[in-house]
Amino acid sequence: MSTADVVVIGGGIHGCSAALNLARRGLKVIVLEKDYVGRHASTANAGGVRTLLRHTAEVPLALEARKFWHDIERHLGSDCGYHTVGQIAVAETEQAFEDLAVRDTRMRGLGYDHEELIDADTLKALVPAIARTVHGGLIVRGDGAASPFHATQAFRHAAEAQGVVIRENARVDALEQTANGWLVDHDGMRVHVSTIVNTAGAWGDRIAAMAGETIPLSWFLPMMMVTARVPEFLEPVIVNTARPLSFKQMPNGTLLIGGGRPAVGDLERMTYHIDFAGLKATAQTVRDLFPHLRDIPIMRAWAGFEGRFADDIPVIGPSAGARNLFHAFGFCGHGFQLAPIVGKLIAELVVDGTASLPTDAFAVDRFPTEIDENLSDRIAAHG
Amino acid sequence: MNGPPGADRHTLDLAIIGAGPAGLAAAVTASELGLATAVFDEQFHPGGQIYRAIEDAPERAGAWLTLFGEDYARGLELVRRFRASTANYHTGHSVFDISPGGGLGVLGPDGARWIEARRVIIATGAMERPVAVPDWTLPGVMGAGAAQTLLKGAAMVPEGRTVIAGSGPLIYLVARQLRAAGGNIVAVIDTTPRSNYRRAAPLLARAMLAGNKEIRKGLSWRRDLKKATPIFRTGASGVRIEGRDAVEAISFSVAGRTERVECDLVLLHEGVVPNTQLAMAAGADHHYDLVQACWRPKTDAYGRSSDPAILIAGDGAGIGGAELASEAGHLAALGVAADLSQISQEDAAERAAPAFSKLAGKAALRRFLDTLYQPRDEVLVPPDDETLICRCEEVTAGELRRVAEMGCSGPNQAKAFTRCGMGPCQGRMCGLAAAAVLARASGRSFAEVGHMRVRPPIKPITVGELAALDGVGQPPDMGPLLPTGQEDGAGE
Repeated sequence: MSTADVVVIGGGIHGCSAALNLARRGLKVIVLEKDYVGRHASTANAGGVRTLLRHTAEVPLALEARKFWHDIERHLGSDCGYHTVGQIAVAETEQAFEDLAVRDTRMRGLGYDHEELIDADTLKALVPAIARTVHGGLIVRGDGAASPFHATQAFRHAAEAQGVVIRENARVDALEQTANGWLVDHDGMRVHVSTIVNTAGAWGDRIAAMAGETIPLSWFLPMMMVTARVPEFLEPVIVNTARPLSFKQMPNGTLLIGGGRPAVGDLERMTYHIDFAGLKATAQTVRDLFPHLRDIPIMRAWAGFEGRFADDIPVIGPSAGARNLFHAFGFCGHGFQLAPIVGKLIAELVVDGTASLPTDAFAVDRFPTEIDENLSDRIAAHG
Repeated sequence: MNGPPGADRHTLDLAIIGAGPAGLAAAVTASELGLATAVFDEQFHPGGQIYRAIEDAPERAGAWLTLFGEDYARGLELVRRFRASTANYHTGHSVFDISPGGGLGVLGPDGARWIEARRVIIATGAMERPVAVPDWTLPGVMGAGAAQTLLKGAAMVPEGRTVIAGSGPLIYLVARQLRAAGGNIVAVIDTTPRSNYRRAAPLLARAMLAGNKEIRKGLSWRRDLKKATPIFRTGASGVRIEGRDAVEAISFSVAGRTERVECDLVLLHEGVVPNTQLAMAAGADHHYDLVQACWRPKTDAYGRSSDPAILIAGDGAGIGGAELASEAGHLAALGVAADLSQISQEDAAERAAPAFSKLAGKAALRRFLDTLYQPRDEVLVPPDDETLICRCEEVTAGELRRVAEMGCSGPNQAKAFTRCGMGPCQGRMCGLAAAAVLARASGRSFAEVGHMRVRPPIKPITVGELAALDGVGQPPDMGPLLPTGQEDGAGE
């Protein structure tokens, strides 16, 4: 049996970030990843680094995370392919523009000024290729985009450099609480730790269930596609409000197109299939917003399993039912940008018992939960 | 087949992808049994690769049919039966996706549409095994099979000094055909290892019983070529292409001695492998075949894959050649007819019996050929670090070995680490070699490291074509993903 202070379950970008931050606080950390690091949502996403149009509860975290991204090379020793190119939510309709204006007023009322309402002419000056029909948008000039793969690897390597042990193909079979910590079983091996951090993404509820906690997580498979290379025409990341779309041009000229329309899949078998009805709708949005792209070939489409809660924000914080268990999962398709700050907050919760930013909105007990009645018996048995 | 989904779902009993021997035979049998059948093929004439342009053959000047032999002539008969069948034949159509349960995305001259068929037979045949040797991407290097395609399809005979290097019956066939068509074959370099002859020898007697004619024919081609070719080498290895901007020479060694032959064109060939892209895209289970050194879909005797709606017939399920492929197509159609209760299982079995006995009769010949032409290790795992594996993204064997050391454990991870397999060919060219290099570097078997996952679209489709995709419904309304009201949130 091996021992450590913390086992992090789930080697995605959040798991690697939590492990890095815990190790920087002096703890001995093991990451257990059932597949390989970054296998699912962490590298299947579009790499948007967006504070724009964040849920109110996420705004303080997203703004703090942005500081890390702006200085990511110093933090991780890798630029993670990050560029501050700005993100713009475009309004395809008059109504959509009015909604953005309402949002703008509300955010300023809350004391935030990172989002900026722009009219159609300003938008067209920033994105000359966009269809003449747009009505304006909301921009965050300090947002950007990074390479999900390189960012996830950078967190991984920084964590390992800090002494974190990462075990891949290590699937957790059982968790057992003891008087002073946890026994974590995986692949016939057992680890004894004080604390568990659950960053298992779309599988986060299954890990919680092993600790006797019921969390109503669902999942979805946001689809992405990438085109052949085209001459550079677009700097900022474009998101659409009326129809789901995220759209950006990569440094190599390809266009990365997402927006959240889901593939059809099977979480148990970890298989999925592209839904061409959804892909068609996304292609229509692209064609309407950027008519000159009509003849550009699509190279590849894919999707990744994302955990999702009914209110579209994650769970971040201590378990409602078990001691020394912390959750950070269910980012609903927008967790990538938050990874640097959530890892730091988790480390604060584990080490200090309190986080430096408000996390109440992400509490797991915002859902009705059931406490495993047998848990206390099992603890007594190990006492 | 167009129109809203639901209304016309499954009006098609059977969609067949590919109009080579397997697809044609499947279409003939299926339509004879009364199944509503459609065939989708990228080419504009039936025949696939092996019977390419066969309908033009009788009119062509010279002894065209004689040139390609009686196997080619056999194709004429199959094509005639297909033309006479009731199967709908869609030429110039590529299939860009196949989903579990039998959904097909097809792209043709009239645009893209989504089709649901009750059963799908994938009959996409084989492709030449990509041969990655140093500088194989120089202009002037191509597959021997590709050269044959040009000869059949466009009556193009390569100019200049031509070298054929590799292993397998096709090198002799192509060398012979090119010579007969006026090509200048300066060298034939056979890379079949001498140890393969030793291992295949005990299988020869039974193979002769199964295919006396085929083996004798192969031997006579070889004998003729040996006489007629200035440089004829066997047991060669360590093939390298040399040249600055184009091929200038090929070098290789025989029994430890290196030789160099100046030339203008090199035709490489190390056998053919199943084209598994569609079967993999459909999510059908595959297994690694150690003898044929390739991935094959798992099928039953009728070609049924792990997905009940999808069958695979012909070389796409495992290399057997044109004659057996047409038997396999016939069997797959019988399987579909039985599954759809068009005929009884007993009836299907009875009708299948002659094909099964023909397949069984040829099994010993196949075993002999597979053993004799089993690719040697340096073909599967290119030993030189500078050899390009992924030509789309220019990833070398050395680079793959380097990322294997960094913890990259398989071909799917290698995509992210190196972009290997992320180019236009979707890993079709590099998939086998990339996985093999990673397997060797990490001390695991080819089966263990797995294959590249295939991501649609399998064939190019433009933004505009996709936006106009016919035959799919509205996707579920997601509402605005970035609500601008009280709450919000969206994909990255």
